[in-house]
Order: sequence, then structure tokens, then C-alpha cells
Amino acid sequence: MKDTLNVLHKFNAHPDSRCWYVAWNPTGTLLASCGGDRTIRIWAREGDSWECRFLLPEGHQRTVRKVAWSPCGRYLASASFDATTCIWGKKGDDFECLTVLEGHENEVKCVAWAPSGSLLATCSRDKSVWVWEVDEEDEYECVSVVNAHTQDVKHVIWHPTQELLASASYDNTVRLYREEDDDWVCKATLEGHAATVWSLAFDPSGQRLASCSDDRTVKIWKESHSASEEDGAGTSSDLHWKCICTLSGFHSRAIYDVSWCQQTGALATACGDDGVRVFKEDTNSGPHQTIFSLSVHMPKAHSQDVNCVAWNPKEAGVLASCSDDGTIVIWRYQSDT
Amino acid sequence: MSGGTHLDNANPVIYQRSGERVLTVEEEDEDIVDPIDDREIFVTLEDLNVVEQMRVNVDDQGSTVSVEFTPTIPHCSMATLIGLSIKVKLLRSLPNRFKIDVHITPGTHASEDAVNKQLADKERVAAALENSQLLEVVNQCLAAKI
Repeated sequence: MKDTLNVLHKFNAHPDSRCWYVAWNPTGTLLASCGGDRTIRIWAREGDSWECRFLLPEGHQRTVRKVAWSPCGRYLASASFDATTCIWGKKGDDFECLTVLEGHENEVKCVAWAPSGSLLATCSRDKSVWVWEVDEEDEYECVSVVNAHTQDVKHVIWHPTQELLASASYDNTVRLYREEDDDWVCKATLEGHAATVWSLAFDPSGQRLASCSDDRTVKIWKESHSASEEDGAGTSSDLHWKCICTLSGFHSRAIYDVSWCQQTGALATACGDDGVRVFKEDTNSGPHQTIFSLSVHMPKAHSQDVNCVAWNPKEAGVLASCSDDGTIVIWRYQSDT
Repeated sequence: MSGGTHLDNANPVIYQRSGERVLTVEEEDEDIVDPIDDREIFVTLEDLNVVEQMRVNVDDQGSTVSVEFTPTIPHCSMATLIGLSIKVKLLRSLPNRFKIDVHITPGTHASEDAVNKQLADKERVAAALENSQLLEVVNQCLAAKI
């Protein structure tokens, strides 16, 4: 195996706590992190080290589970176990909490901005997915509450170009939503995982979706346009996505996150066995068969569970990972092909 | 929480403990689960055979600890709390490198899969432990050594 994954930097981002999630801003210059210590930190590279540029003042009463940058890069949204979502913006030299979105009954597990920046999605253990609209005055209004899942919703993600929303759940399914008559409606249920689906990632074109699960597999799904004619089921507006590839046997514990590099197409995973793995698509993979092979495996990437992996959106091959050990590692991935 | 007013199982079988053990380094890990108090009556989980030495598996090299616990009756309403208490005790006692798996002994509880799934979900365990009321109950379970 000639492909390599090397540590560029490692820093203790959330000392004596766990780091749950990291997110790059759209230009790839800032990395936001959140954790069990209820804080949000924003990191930037300064010379040879990474410094905490901002420590966001106490906005949440409990664990901050995930953070997400708006497509314009001016706002940061945070989802917390305290049942709220905060929207942060830069005021002068500091970040301030501009809005608190309330409504979920309990832990908010994830927040995601649509590519237009005018829609936001949140999900919770209360089994619901909420879609929020953002107007020109930066006011947020909930436009839809979708109760499609039968259990805890773990993750939400938007399609890179279309207004298509995907969610992953403790009920072992992935669901896809579209807007229909001013309401957001579940248009597809992707069944196949045998345990909780923890996270999702679209490929750069948005034609394929990767899901990772407690069942220790990654599945790749693709829209199949012919399905409605084949089985004759459902209405014409239903979406049909099929599992076209399963990465099985590579991970020894739950897979908590998956990230699809927008430049190289490489797929990285964060695993509960402390490892970080990168998969790449085979050269003989094509429209009729999708083949991914393990490119690099870092067995002890962290000293505890790896919770998140995130490819830098601008710098090809730069990957961030974070862990229950409280640290963030910045990696450089290099592939021969 | 039924506490002391209504018992799920009022007359559980009390088993003889496996006796005082001479601890090896490996066994110290196993001994951690001993003093967990069962709130139903004032005996420990080991007295009730809820936790038994033979159902504790320690792999020091592989850094894993797995514990199977056996609720005294198949409809025990305390199964999740007992499992959570065992998990918390192990999380607090073992070095961070250990992966901790707590399961119900196969075939001994009506909601075995649901309880196992909840105990394996570290996000839900983390959220549960931020609930001060629940944390207090867990701490009570772990505090009493009779």
C-alpha cells in the first residue's frame, strides 16, 4: 500500500472532555469544534501550530453535539443536548449568539445548512426533523416538522446542489425529503443497515450518498431512475435510491462518521475502534459496478473512539479528525493514483 | 423507578458469592462490578447472580471489557438502569483505553435487543448522564456497598 496518511498537527482541543465534531468553514481556513465540555472553539493555523482563535461564550447548558458553518461562512450553527440550536455570528472581534432556535423536545443531534443558505435543518432524539427558513433579516421560522423516523434522528445533511434533505436514524434507516406544497415530505426510505445509522455524506456530484452505521459497514446509495417502472410501487414523485456498494469487514466497531472529499473523491471514516480509514474508488469502477478499496488504515489514529472526520473543502487531501480523547488531528492524505 | 414500594421481584433467589478472591491484576478489573447495589432489596448484583464472574470478559491486550448481566426476571423494569450503572462504574474505574460492552445475558429479558441497543449507544448514554435526576439514581446504585 503506497498511499499514506501523515499527521500534520495534533492538539488537545477539549481537554478532559470528548470532542464530538469538527467542521471546516467554506474557505477551509477555520475549523470549529464542539464537545462534552459544552464549549465551541474555532481554530486557525498560525505558523507551525493550531491556535484557538475564538472560544464561544457559554451558549449551551449541555453537550454541544455538532456544529455547521453557513455556506457564506459568516454564521455557525450549533446543536446541543440542551434541546436548542444556536446561530452564532461575528460581531466585532468576537462571536455572539444571534438566535436560539427552540422547539425540539429533547437533545438536538445535528444541524445542517442548505447550499442556498436560506434553509436550515435540525434533528433530535424526539424523532423529528425540522426545516427552518432564514429570511433577509436573519429571522428563522420553522416551516416543517417531519415525523418520518420511528426513533432518534442522528444526522441530517443537504444535497450539494438540490433542495434535497437526507436524515439518518437509530431506527436503522436513511430517509430523503423534498418540498411539496409548502411542506417537507419523506420521499424515500433507504433500508439495509442492521443497526443505527450514525452519519451521511454525499459525493461531490450529489449522485451518490454514503451512510455509516453501528453495524460496522458503510453503504453507498445511488438514485435509480428506472425503479418506479420496474416495481410499479409508489407515486411518481417518490425517489428511488438503491444500495450499490457495501464496505464490510473493514471496521471492528461502530462507524461514527463518513466524509467524502469534494476534490479527490476519497471516502474517510471515523470508527469506534480508534481508527481512521480512507477508501478510494477503483479505476475499474464504473456505472455498472462501484468498487471501493481500502487505501489507508491508521489503527491508533486517536487513543479513544474517533467521532468525526472532515475533509478540508479547499486543500485536497487535508483531513481533520476528532475523538473521545479530546484531541483533533490534522492529517495529510496522499494517494499514488 | 419503583423504589421500595412496589417490587418487580419480591422474592429473588439469593446466591452464594463466589467467595473471596485473591486478586490478580486482571481480576481487579472484574471486581469493579461487585459493589453495585440493586435497589429492589439490599443485596448486591452479585448476590442475585445478576453479575457473575464467568460473564465478565477482560481482554487486557485487546483493551476490551464485556459484561453480560442477567435480570432476575424477564420483565424487570430496572434492566436499563442496572446496565447503565454497570457501564458507568466501568467507565469511571477503567483506563480510557478500554472499550466497554454491557449486554443482557442472551435469552433472559423480554426487551433484550432494545436494552442492548440503548446501552451500546454512547451518544444516548452521554445524554442520559447529563440528566441530573438520572445521574443521581445511578450514583445511588453505585454508592451503597452492603
